[in-house]
Amino acid sequence: MADTAIQDVKKKESGISFGKKERKLISDPLNDNNPITVQVLGICSALAVTSLILPSLVMSIAVVFVCMFASFFTSLLRKQIPNSVRMIVQLVIIAGLVTVVEFALKYFNFTVYKQLSVYIGLIITNCIVMGRLEAFAMANNPWKSLLDGLGNGLGYGAILLIIAFIRELFGKGTLFAGTGIEWKIIGASPDYMINTLDSTWFGWYANNNLMVLPAAAMFIIGILIWIQRSYNEKLVDIS
Amino acid sequence: MIILESSNLLNLFIKAAFIENMVLAYFLGMCSFLAVSKTVKTAFGLGLAVIFVLGITMPINWLINNFLLEEAGLFGTDLTFLRFMLFIAVIASMVQLVEMVIEKISPSLYNSLGIFLPLITVNCAILGGSLFMVSREYNFSESVAFGLGGGFGWFLAIIAIAAIREKIKYSAVPPALRGLGMAFILTGLMGVAFMSLMGIDPEALTGGAK
Repeated sequence: MADTAIQDVKKKESGISFGKKERKLISDPLNDNNPITVQVLGICSALAVTSLILPSLVMSIAVVFVCMFASFFTSLLRKQIPNSVRMIVQLVIIAGLVTVVEFALKYFNFTVYKQLSVYIGLIITNCIVMGRLEAFAMANNPWKSLLDGLGNGLGYGAILLIIAFIRELFGKGTLFAGTGIEWKIIGASPDYMINTLDSTWFGWYANNNLMVLPAAAMFIIGILIWIQRSYNEKLVDIS
Repeated sequence: MIILESSNLLNLFIKAAFIENMVLAYFLGMCSFLAVSKTVKTAFGLGLAVIFVLGITMPINWLINNFLLEEAGLFGTDLTFLRFMLFIAVIASMVQLVEMVIEKISPSLYNSLGIFLPLITVNCAILGGSLFMVSREYNFSESVAFGLGGGFGWFLAIIAIAAIREKIKYSAVPPALRGLGMAFILTGLMGVAFMSLMGIDPEALTGGAK
């Protein structure tokens, strides 16, 4: 009994624990405080990459990584950073991490690197990372900031993957194209699971070209916000 | 030769402002675009600031990229891995500088811009512009034209959406869609509308696959 009490105290001192509060830091951004649909952060670099699942997945992983570690390092340094230059310091931390991501991606998967082009660099100005540093990491300990960064990165990734799933399925008729486990769902060739050329039920079906355009992502996010807010009334914009 | 050059620059300006509009074609600078577009007045101020910052940082970043970072530059080694850090540092310090200058010259404009000025640092359109400039290998005068054109396009887009959002307050939008949700759908519609300026790009329609 006494042992666990001492352990608890130790945990509190070092700040590393994983209780209800910490779990909330991760689960909150997935719904109630989602970075994209509620905080409206990080839309910039997100929309252009979501026409296929693979680049969205890579982008999400990169953002989770950058968001976690940027929060962690900023939080470590938070007492040393002078207030007047804090933005520049934060940006340099983020830019360093993004450079690491860029090189890693260039090394591991060059085709995806080419597809994402400038958008990897734009993680620097991804407002999620910056916003969480300002709102959370500057005022909390490193462990909590790490979890907050993880949660927000995951919340962002979840929305990205939902959009990419819809856009790839209806825009191209495939899922996971380019990953090696490509599923060809629907299309006008015998390769696809549903071949529209000789199907009784799906002869009318054609890929929706609007879904390939970036504008489709805006519509999908708009509709996601609509759905989320009709279930979650406290998020509704009263003004 | 000079005429050819200037018409080329005008072309680039128009292309950057309309056909390859930063917001409506590439979805850059979306965060401040959605957050600051509630009234036309504030949108106007932010739009002007973006034109200004984009027009200044683009040539500066071009000089840094070509004279310091590239292998043919001053140091003779390939320093392009420092690109992100230097670009963002230039942008952040330029924004800081612009802020101080405006505060000194015109306090009233400074007050009306308020928090929007520092926000420009994290406006992806600014950094995105510089990165596009590098990947498309523009020369110096082209980078100026691209910067100003991109800024102008951004300015037009934010004013347009702010005007629509001011009007739409009087419409019966479903409660859950009010505000943000509607802004997203409007932006999507505007993006589709802007596409008619280039005619519809056949490659975008076929997904570039064929």
